[in-house]
Amino acid sequence: MSILKGKPDDDIKIGVYVCHCGHNIASTVDVEEVARRAKELGEVSVARDYVYMCSSKGQNLIRQDIMQLGINRVVVAACSPRLYEQTFQNVLRESGLNPYLLQVANIREQCAWLHEPGPLATEKANRLVKGAIKRVIHHSPIEEQSVPVFPATLVIGGGIAGIQAALEIANSQQIVYLVEREPSIGGHMAQFDKTFPTLDCSACILTPKMNEVARNPYIRLMTYSEVVEVSGYVGNFNVKVRRKARYIDEDKCVGCGICVEKCPWSTESEFDADLGVRKAVYTPFPQAIPNIPVIDKERCVYFLKGKCRACEKFCEAKAINFQQEDLFIELHVGAIIVATGYDVFDPTPISQYGYGRLPNVFTSLEFERLCSPSGPTGGQLKLADGREPKSLAVIHCVGSRDQNYNAYCSRVCCMHSLKYSHLFKEKTGGEVYQIYIDMRCTGKGYEEFYERVQGEHVRFIRGKLATITADSPDSETGEKLSLSCEDTLLGGLVNIPVDMAVLCVALEPRHDAEQVAQILRLGRSRDGFFMERHPKLDPVATMSEGIFIVGCCQGPKDIPDTVAQASAAAARALAMIVRGKMETGAITAAIDETLCSACKVCNALCPYGAIFFDEVSNVSRVNRILCKGCNVCGAACPSGAISTRNFSESQILAEIEGVLV
Amino acid sequence: MSFEPKIVAFLCNWCSYAGADLAGVSRYKCAPNVMSIRLMCSGGLEPSFVLKAFKEGADGVLVCGCNLGDCHYTDGNYKTLMRMTLLKKLTEQLGIEEPRVRLQWVCASCAEDFTNAVNRITEDVRALGPYKKEKVEVESGKNT
Repeated sequence: MSILKGKPDDDIKIGVYVCHCGHNIASTVDVEEVARRAKELGEVSVARDYVYMCSSKGQNLIRQDIMQLGINRVVVAACSPRLYEQTFQNVLRESGLNPYLLQVANIREQCAWLHEPGPLATEKANRLVKGAIKRVIHHSPIEEQSVPVFPATLVIGGGIAGIQAALEIANSQQIVYLVEREPSIGGHMAQFDKTFPTLDCSACILTPKMNEVARNPYIRLMTYSEVVEVSGYVGNFNVKVRRKARYIDEDKCVGCGICVEKCPWSTESEFDADLGVRKAVYTPFPQAIPNIPVIDKERCVYFLKGKCRACEKFCEAKAINFQQEDLFIELHVGAIIVATGYDVFDPTPISQYGYGRLPNVFTSLEFERLCSPSGPTGGQLKLADGREPKSLAVIHCVGSRDQNYNAYCSRVCCMHSLKYSHLFKEKTGGEVYQIYIDMRCTGKGYEEFYERVQGEHVRFIRGKLATITADSPDSETGEKLSLSCEDTLLGGLVNIPVDMAVLCVALEPRHDAEQVAQILRLGRSRDGFFMERHPKLDPVATMSEGIFIVGCCQGPKDIPDTVAQASAAAARALAMIVRGKMETGAITAAIDETLCSACKVCNALCPYGAIFFDEVSNVSRVNRILCKGCNVCGAACPSGAISTRNFSESQILAEIEGVLV
Repeated sequence: MSFEPKIVAFLCNWCSYAGADLAGVSRYKCAPNVMSIRLMCSGGLEPSFVLKAFKEGADGVLVCGCNLGDCHYTDGNYKTLMRMTLLKKLTEQLGIEEPRVRLQWVCASCAEDFTNAVNRITEDVRALGPYKKEKVEVESGKNT
């Protein structure tokens, strides 16, 4: 019988199995009556009740009836199908019956437990069972399918999340393509000075991993590259990557840096959060991987005015190539790990904090660069006039936990604020004020670090900062900042004069997260971060089979959590690759081509792009591997041509009739 | 015997059905007049299902999906919202009083939203009395 509009098979023999669930069901519903009433229906060959249907004895009852009585449709009236449907499907499978010839009537959670004992509860159970019986007549076998998994993984983003995931997979001797948009891998972690709470130097723990990436023969590193197109499905993704022109031949360049040295043109360094300068031909930072410079076409005077070519003149390896063009490369992979990271919140719109207007107000990322020995000041904290600051205010929750900007907590700021306090004390010995809403120090060793910093005479003021102005009354030079905020513990307004202020800005979804979500068909949660399959039990997978999300693109998190999540995603990708195949869902839509009127309404509705139009046959078709079986297409099809397996129109209509008549 | 309404509820598998299960697990009590039918997504609810229910003698229909923004299939419940808005216009024109058709978002942890919705529609429909399909013969066009 077709799953679509076909008629039921002639010889249908239904077995109905009503569970007492100890007293759970039996104390509210008259289970024997339910079995008796079921037996009265013409289609039912056998109806039994048993104390625990899910026990091995209970399962055997079903198994025996299938084997001995030739039962070919099974109704189990027990607990929610969300709990034991798979158990009973296995009973059918083991007995040689297709597992989808089963229907579960939920008479525990949605009947016995919801209602008072009595005839009304039994009546409802009867109706639910009758609905299941009428429905199961329309069930037909569904072939479960599996797809081969191509043994290669794409990792998008070369920050610590992407690096970790790529290394885990490559260390299992499986091919990984690591695609990074910037000229070097390293991400935000490469920009940090120290890491909380252990105060490890960030570069010291990151650069060995970056070198490992460069050395590992199983990693195909593609920097200065972007994923522009993804098609296909789990196990078989086709990915188009744009390798932006570096204007330097990667095979010839030896990384001597003479081109950078000789380049006469400078601009702000993005890596130094625009505080430092870089050349028009540059590597973002000294430990860059790969150690191959990039010519910035927007800044290079040769590209702008047609004259210069100093780099080309001095390059002994003849690696400079101004004719280079963007390359498009096609990759074939079985799994995709998305590790695209975050953007930092731009505090300019909060004009009362003076960022961009007052020279000594910095963001957290800028402060990281100022502290870094490889940063624009060589690690020395300096004010705009060159003096060393004597006092610092660290402002928490700028753009986080703020209904005007982002409602969520950015999770890492409390801890890096404490780190800044410690570093400032260490470098200058000056005063530090922490202006916080709540201190959230919840990781391993974090609370201890908080206590340590408290012991370093840092002043903690609980309140939300109101304004930062440059007209502090007690300033000698007139250049001091004046902070006005409410101290909610003292219950009054306070004014704090400081030399320097750091705004701990929120971690936000990447500005182009929407485009990436469209390319990969990912969902996004209300805060704009990519949506995981389940917030607790599956925070790594997504609703797109074979695509995993790790690190801050899923939500703000610190380095240890990011690394753990990256390893988890790698394990998931490896599990698919090592097995070589993947089972995909059986509940998928099907189109009756004889009914399809080629209106294409369904094509646009599908959230997974699983429906495509076959121009030759002039009908829409479903890709069963992409389809998740929501039946949004089926509900919209004006010709009634689409039906979802195991939730077909005829099945649901029969169930409606069953529960009512 | 007093009038006991017969009401069909269509619940999406991921939020509403789980929410209704949770109501049972939490031992909340509600009227035994609502029979649940599980769908994968409320967006997969074909309008004909609602009409079929009235045709077969239902006195009311409750449709439940995930909260807006929380759909397991990204945005299926927005499609439900649009479809139900249109469908309610149709059912009213067919003479099915407004309170007999209801849309309620029930998340997987919103057990009380489910029992409240069940009790409310049961009371409202009880007050209206039985739906007499003879009054207006529902022809869904697609499945009759």
